Amino acid sequence: MASLNCRVCKMLILKCPYCGASGEETEFECGGEAHLKRFGPGSGDDEFQGYLFDRVNRKGVHFERWRHSSGCGKWFHAARNTETLEIYGTYSAQVLEPPAEIREKISGKVPGWSWREFS
Amino acid sequence: MSDNPVDQGAEDSVGYVSIRQLGDRDIMLLRGDFAFHGFNGALVAATGLGVPPRRGIIGYGNIQVAWMSSDELLVMTDSASTEKIAKSLEQALKNQHFLLAEVTDSRTVFEIRGDLVREVIAKLCPVDMHPDAFMPGEIRRTRLAQASAAIWMTDDHSVRLICFRSFADYVFNLLKAAAKPGNEVNAFEKAI
Repeated sequence: MASLNCRVCKMLILKCPYCGASGEETEFECGGEAHLKRFGPGSGDDEFQGYLFDRVNRKGVHFERWRHSSGCGKWFHAARNTETLEIYGTYSAQVLEPPAEIREKISGKVPGWSWREFS
Repeated sequence: MSDNPVDQGAEDSVGYVSIRQLGDRDIMLLRGDFAFHGFNGALVAATGLGVPPRRGIIGYGNIQVAWMSSDELLVMTDSASTEKIAKSLEQALKNQHFLLAEVTDSRTVFEIRGDLVREVIAKLCPVDMHPDAFMPGEIRRTRLAQASAAIWMTDDHSVRLICFRSFADYVFNLLKAAAKPGNEVNAFEKAI
């Protein structure tokens, strides 16, 4: 049987960091770009507009929020490549930036990558 | 309760596996902080079973406890002991934040039996059903075509599936179609 890490079919196989189950993307829902900083009441118009509308929509290394909607229901973060569809890793939703081991793994595969303020 | 014949627990379907709706299970949903002092003890006192390992389902006799997420458990019992267990849990957990809901009327359980039961599930769920990957003792929440469901194996030829009761008819027909005689794939034949 084909491995769940099938590179030929180019389907996203995500591993939920909460329940530990690996599933293909239709078991999950993508919740858009990760690590947005919220600008709410008291912020300037430019900041608020940026928070609401500015998305990087990159080709290559990308960070997103996903939810295991048909599984345990938890939100988490995923680091992936929008060009090769490779998943670098998934990690807790309760962090403000990608963990060091995920960044190192990406650096090993895409030297010199950067995404927003992270690299 | 719908008047759908499937819902009466009477209808069996024999394709190349048998599909039966079980009507004798009471189901309770328990949410809380597993790590909170006294949570595990309360569960043990009420059911005789502790918090299962991640994605695990444990049980003895007529009681099963399943891990549904990092803060959610499913307790399945026979109807005779439901009230006793619920009272015991409510009493023991009253000083902490928790939720206990009896959801028997909104869930239903199917039992699917047969030598090729793994491939019938594999046709409908995006789950690796290979014998090395999915074994008895694990419960997997996933989707069955368009319906959310959780599946576990009671032995190597028997799968149980829990889903919303409002999807019972849909799920039953899906399983029936997947197990239609002549549609055998023998996907895991060599593995078994």
